[in-house]
Amino acid sequence: MYEFVTGPLAWLAFLVFFIGIIVRLVLYVRGLDWKLDRVTYSVNTSFGVKGAVRSILFWLTPFGTHSWRDNPWFTILVFVLHLGLIFTPLFLLAHNIFLQERWGFSLWSMPDALADTMTIAVIAAAVLLAMRRIALPEVRIITSAYDYLMLAIAAAPFVTGLIARYAFVQSEPWLIVHVLCGELFLIAIPLTKLSHFVLFFATRAQLGMDYGIKRGGMKSSGINW
Amino acid sequence: MPEGILCNKNKVTTLEHLQALLADKSGKQYYQEMNNLDVDSTALWGLIQKTCKSRIRTWLDICTHCGLCADSCFYYLANGKDPKQVPAYKIQSTLGQIIRRKGQVDNAFMQMAMDTAFSKCTCCTRCGVYCPLGIDTGVMFSYLRGLLFSQGFSPWEMKIGTGMHRVFRAQMDVTTEDWVDTCSWMAEENADDWPGLEIPVDKENADIIYTVNAREPKHYPEDIAQAAILFHVAGENWTVPSEGWEETSLAMFAGDWEACKIQVESVYAAMDRLKPKRMVVTECGHAYRATVIEGPYWAGLATGKTPIESLHYVEWVAEALRTGKLKINPAKKIKEPVTYQDSCNYIRNGGLWEAARFIMSQIAEDFREMTPSREHNFCCGGGGGLNGIGRYREQRNIGLKVKRDQILATGAKLVVAPCHNCWDAIRDLEEVYEIGIRWSFLKPLLINMIEVPEHLKPAE
Repeated sequence: MYEFVTGPLAWLAFLVFFIGIIVRLVLYVRGLDWKLDRVTYSVNTSFGVKGAVRSILFWLTPFGTHSWRDNPWFTILVFVLHLGLIFTPLFLLAHNIFLQERWGFSLWSMPDALADTMTIAVIAAAVLLAMRRIALPEVRIITSAYDYLMLAIAAAPFVTGLIARYAFVQSEPWLIVHVLCGELFLIAIPLTKLSHFVLFFATRAQLGMDYGIKRGGMKSSGINW
Repeated sequence: MPEGILCNKNKVTTLEHLQALLADKSGKQYYQEMNNLDVDSTALWGLIQKTCKSRIRTWLDICTHCGLCADSCFYYLANGKDPKQVPAYKIQSTLGQIIRRKGQVDNAFMQMAMDTAFSKCTCCTRCGVYCPLGIDTGVMFSYLRGLLFSQGFSPWEMKIGTGMHRVFRAQMDVTTEDWVDTCSWMAEENADDWPGLEIPVDKENADIIYTVNAREPKHYPEDIAQAAILFHVAGENWTVPSEGWEETSLAMFAGDWEACKIQVESVYAAMDRLKPKRMVVTECGHAYRATVIEGPYWAGLATGKTPIESLHYVEWVAEALRTGKLKINPAKKIKEPVTYQDSCNYIRNGGLWEAARFIMSQIAEDFREMTPSREHNFCCGGGGGLNGIGRYREQRNIGLKVKRDQILATGAKLVVAPCHNCWDAIRDLEEVYEIGIRWSFLKPLLINMIEVPEHLKPAE
């Protein structure tokens, strides 16, 4: 079982993940239409590129925008969650030992204490974001089961990973569940709204180009996100 | 398929049709007929498949429902933080549903969508600036308005407006003759005070072609006179076109994209005919948005730009002040506290906040910014055509509270509002809430404080 989930199934998950995100990006770009969107994407390019880069960088910076600054607690939770989701699995020592054994290469590994902290932080952020969905009326009204499912899918590999690490007795079943959760997460990214993993960059770039090219970018120093 | 006599899917292309609509006071019959209007789901879904591509679909798909758009919306704030006013909720429950149901929606749904698209969103696009994923709900509501219009679900005044553009190439029934007569009347009327004042019509190769909002010839002709006086004092070589003088677009508010194209092409044709160097647009926000920002796309101009360089009035004023074409008499600067209403259309969506600040630095001694301001400013409350729609007057008036409180917080009693919609909304908010403020376009203020060269003054 362990061999299967860490072998063929892992390959499948990575395949769906990588091909999926590429397909999502390609479809997004192909679906852009300068006349319908009313943005000359391929003319006035320098303004478009500047607008896109600003739009992405401002929003990738914690507290870099009005919206982030207006909602400091949410901003902290979002950045903790996303940084943890991306960097913990990449630089986890156990993952890299595994990578070395299976595929003969590995990445830099972070200290275990840091990995543990980030894992717990991810879980805490997910729980708090779920509670926020219940607590705030303006969020509750737009929240559906789908939104909780997304949080659960994202947090599951971290919860199970932590259990697998510390549940010394019978850790293999937990390890298998952990790997399955990770694979589910990878597969869900291109197939659900978790596709904002890549589409964040696409939609941010699009609106940045819209403002950079058409909505004042040529007559100002750029919108102050 | 029941279609009303007045409320139907047909475009208003004749004067008779337009007059029949106008004769229906407050759209009483029109809205009654709307209750029986069938939804052509096949056509609706067909239109969506043709026009709703990855940009809007991705916005609707990946919205993480975080709610950060809530506080960005002045309607949400003005309505006591009613969750039903959250932009993400408003768009998901209307456009989102129509798409999820592949156009299979009924009359009641379409009326709800129309009420939402017009009375709960002015397409100010502020929420798009506050969304981490760059989801611009204002743009989507504008798109939704187009879908609704295609099915005949458009507020009565919007339907009339689109007809006006189609029949008169103006948002009001101002003919070429009316317009040209108004120009010569205004030139004559002011000739004694301003010797040599002209409003040149159809002059070729001028430096500036000046275009207006139909409300000016119709209701505020003195605005045209003031523009003429300022051009005269600045020594500009300018003209107005006899045709293609109207910049506004109620068709844009209505979502009648065909009429939008017809309207802006009349302006571009005037540019082509008269070969001016630049265009200056009057103090109107949506007019500038329609003809200068969006218009090139409706007309299919691949550059995304108007055929000649185009300036909003504040750009021209800022330039005239910088170059010394207009000089302010320091003694006549505005002494009292004064604030500035940043129009969504040429500030947030046009990038002209610096020009506005420069002007205020030149004409006012105690300029006070609203909070927030510039590209983050709130809509006046009357944008997106809302000022002119009787059906939503109550909702509009509630929305005005945010602007009222913003103005009150500055302590200023005078609001400079170089945008017809903002100007109207602020006038109405004074009427409704009586906070004791005054409001003004730039032109009358400037005329009172510019230095007039001796040779332009009337002989005693």
